[in-house]
Amino acid sequence: MLQETALSGQITFFQKLRSLDYILLFCILILGLVSSLSMYSTEGGEILYHTKSHVVRFLVFFSMMLIFSFVNLKFWHSTGYLFYFVVLCLLIWASLYGVKASGSQRWVNLYFINLQPSELMKVAIIICFAKYYHRTQIHVVNNFKNLIVPIIVLILPIILVISQPDLGTSILIGLSGLVVLWLSGVNVKYFIYSSLILLISLPFIISFLKPYQKLRILTFFNPDRDPLGAGYQIIQSKIAVGSGGLSGKGFLKGTQSYLDFLPEKHTDFIFTLFSEEHGFIGSVLLLLLYAIIIYRTARIGASSRSFFGKLFCYGFASSIFIFVTVNMSMVLGLLPIVGSPLPIMSYGGSSMLATMIGFSVVMSTKIYQKKIIA
Amino acid sequence: MISGGSDTSYRKQSVVNRRMFILSAAKLFVFGGIVAKLFSLQINQNKKYLTLSDKNRLREWKLPPIRGDFQDFFGNTIAGNLKVYQLHIIPEQVENFNNLIIRVKDIIDLDQKSLNKIIKKKNSQKPWETLIVSENLTWDQFVKINFYLHELSGVKPVLSVARNYPYNENYTHLLGYVAQASSSDLLKNEEIKKKHVPGLRVGKIGLEKSLENYLIGMNGVQRYEVNAYGKRINQIDHIEGKKGQSIKLTVDTKIQQRCNELLKDKAGSISVMDIFTGEILAMHSSPSFDPNLFLYGISYENWENILNDPKKPLINRSITGLYPPGSTIKPIVALSALENNIISPKFKVNCTGKIEMYGQTYNCWKKKGHGIVNLRDALKVSCDTFFYEMSRRLGVDRLNETAKKFGLGNKVFRNIFNEEKVGLVPSTEWKKNALGKSWVLGETLITGIGQGYIQTTPLQLCLMTAQLANGGFKIYPKIIVNNNDPTFSEIKSKMSEHLEKKIQGPDFDDALLDSRISSSKIGNLYKPLFRNQENVKFVLDAMFASTNEVRGTSYSSRIKEKKYQFAGKTGTSQVKRITDAQRELDLDISQIPYKDRDHALYIAFGPYKNPRYAISILIEHGGSGGSAAAPLAKKLFKLVIDRHDQREKIKKSNNNLKI
Repeated sequence: MLQETALSGQITFFQKLRSLDYILLFCILILGLVSSLSMYSTEGGEILYHTKSHVVRFLVFFSMMLIFSFVNLKFWHSTGYLFYFVVLCLLIWASLYGVKASGSQRWVNLYFINLQPSELMKVAIIICFAKYYHRTQIHVVNNFKNLIVPIIVLILPIILVISQPDLGTSILIGLSGLVVLWLSGVNVKYFIYSSLILLISLPFIISFLKPYQKLRILTFFNPDRDPLGAGYQIIQSKIAVGSGGLSGKGFLKGTQSYLDFLPEKHTDFIFTLFSEEHGFIGSVLLLLLYAIIIYRTARIGASSRSFFGKLFCYGFASSIFIFVTVNMSMVLGLLPIVGSPLPIMSYGGSSMLATMIGFSVVMSTKIYQKKIIA
Repeated sequence: MISGGSDTSYRKQSVVNRRMFILSAAKLFVFGGIVAKLFSLQINQNKKYLTLSDKNRLREWKLPPIRGDFQDFFGNTIAGNLKVYQLHIIPEQVENFNNLIIRVKDIIDLDQKSLNKIIKKKNSQKPWETLIVSENLTWDQFVKINFYLHELSGVKPVLSVARNYPYNENYTHLLGYVAQASSSDLLKNEEIKKKHVPGLRVGKIGLEKSLENYLIGMNGVQRYEVNAYGKRINQIDHIEGKKGQSIKLTVDTKIQQRCNELLKDKAGSISVMDIFTGEILAMHSSPSFDPNLFLYGISYENWENILNDPKKPLINRSITGLYPPGSTIKPIVALSALENNIISPKFKVNCTGKIEMYGQTYNCWKKKGHGIVNLRDALKVSCDTFFYEMSRRLGVDRLNETAKKFGLGNKVFRNIFNEEKVGLVPSTEWKKNALGKSWVLGETLITGIGQGYIQTTPLQLCLMTAQLANGGFKIYPKIIVNNNDPTFSEIKSKMSEHLEKKIQGPDFDDALLDSRISSSKIGNLYKPLFRNQENVKFVLDAMFASTNEVRGTSYSSRIKEKKYQFAGKTGTSQVKRITDAQRELDLDISQIPYKDRDHALYIAFGPYKNPRYAISILIEHGGSGGSAAAPLAKKLFKLVIDRHDQREKIKKSNNNLKI
């Protein structure tokens, strides 16, 4: 303990500044720029509400992320449970008194911002698990107690989010949590068993789904079932992407999006718009950008001496990977349509906030990589 | 406490690192999958999706095609297009439709009924589709709308064209009329379906209908980029439409108008035909009505008037009216008897006013009788008694053969008029098939004077007359000008060529015996319909006598001047069987109810020396042919002959063009 405090005291501000991961920061900035330009394109080449607020949010949250990067990793570690608990309370708050919009109750009105706690839960669950496994010894990871607690911790927010209803986000929270569980050494057989149980109970679960959710799954298997109804989004999205070709239709020239054939183009389908305008080359480059971000995040984790920091970075990198994969697969017709934003690219303050909080912790891990906390 | 070096901590780290490594490999694999999917969509299937994207964003608007004109033989437009001012609204460009339509209503003075119709129409169509508020604005309304245009967004004053019939009721039955395409029009005609736009007018009857596919033209196309809600964003392309084919008819408006005047207030029909070229110079059915009334949807009042007129203006009597030909059949009966060597021209009958046959009395129209008459006299004075006796010897089947050869009981035009009627020339076989009964000999007698089962259209009688007057040759009746058709002199030489062949080769004759061949096959065009042309000449001479000799039935209607001299045959066909009691009364026509009065008919050709034209006149319930129909021929013939030179001039200039 003594040594640790002594060491932490030794890191000066300039040392911290120097040890930031500039490649990662640069990539995030580029992604912010690309997303702002795409937002500008969704509005037909005008700076309107979405573009303005997206740029402002990005700049505010990015700066916030930079500032929070200098916070000691210990702070994140010590507030890990609290963070989870606060977000869980917000989720309960949302389901009781939340703001309703388009049929679901996801938002909490905080007067200056409409916060979507389920988005924050995506990162909170990782911090929470990172702290939990930081303390748990490897040989007791697969104890009954050590299995049941994380599962309850994971299932609580999932149930809350499903009841909003928001299937997409709950799946993403679940996947993020499960990845951390697996990384921290939970025996593979449990995953296999539980997925088998899931598979068996799938028909049972489906009977509990809302009609529109069932429709989406049916539509996924055959989009032409109802081309003007449930299948419309996926058909139009594929048309947009496919018509983009090798190099795209050009910036601000995506006909599918500016003629309003694309639904939800500034949120879940932002990648479709980007892909239509910038083609295969642009799409692969964007994917590469995400890959670099994921790689750099994972690398920070790899070089961290703190298990908390390491597990968080691995978990966060993996969750970004999951979000990107789910979103892209969805718009390309590889997965059913579930609400899942593309990190940083999609419009949405809560998602942006959660992502930036995640990167703060990653940066903090980088700065304090030599530290072993707790 | 230094935990970093402890064994468990190390194991923990190595587990997480190992698993992260596995996960990273999996991530790479998954990203690879996404790239593969992108590649498949954007590179492999790019063409397919580009097409789909264009299909999404490009939409075509068809413009109404411009209908081809009809012209008469002299190039006068008899059905054309008039420039009209229309008012269109595109509902999606209107902020508040209800306010706007009330404003428009005030400006152009729309009545409440049409306003309701427009609102109903608006609710039934898509918001980006043009709503036609008015198809025919007056100039004042058009000016007023333009004046207020700045405050009427979404309103478009449009210059358009509409069908117009400048000669109003003169050509109604011949041309027909146009009206909005109905769903059955779309169903029956692929071409209309292909070219249909809201408000498109299509032919409903007459030539307008049967020549629809030539007249309709090609739509212009405007291609717009549209958004997902169908709103036009910008125009990509504009393709000009093509006006439909203009069709020139053989008719002469001057003659047609004269026919209309002559038939004023009467129900009837007049047809005029060139006896060599078969050209219809005029074909009018009366009463007629103004086809322009149908253009914007006929008003209830006008429609009721037409529908309830006891003279039935909707019927085209010239080709769909079926009447017993009465005595106008006699030239054919006489010809048939001569051709079949039943009688010789010297054959005589003593007419006492009636004849008893098979236990029944058959009356001649002249109660006192004609005395002893030969064939020429019988035709001249139209002696029924003579014809009873002659047809008894001839038999109905031989008469049928000759009548059919000369064009009775067959459609005059092939496919020009869908509504054309075939008529009926009875035969023993026909009666057995149609009525299931055997022929009664008495029926032959009344068939011989054009009564009984026999039914003909006025145009069939005209064709029959023409084919007699040209010396007995088959001609091809036509109403549409085709510059490739043979000219008068070509036809004449063909006819004399055929005649020569006939005289040389007797085998030629047999081909003509089959009436089916001679009446319907084009191959027999300009070939003789007779066995011996002398017989035809005899009949024509008798017709001359009928008009130009004292006691002839149409003697009072003759023209002495050689240039205009014509020959004809009257006909009076009974509508109702006359009882003996009625015969005794000998009522004046005015004392008989209209419906029971006889039809008056007259067929003629002229000028007698070198005949060129044939006419047929029918006055429904007009009384006797001699007093009601023949006088009209006199009034018409002068004009027909006078127009001949101008007609020839046009033909000559056409021929020069051809060369």
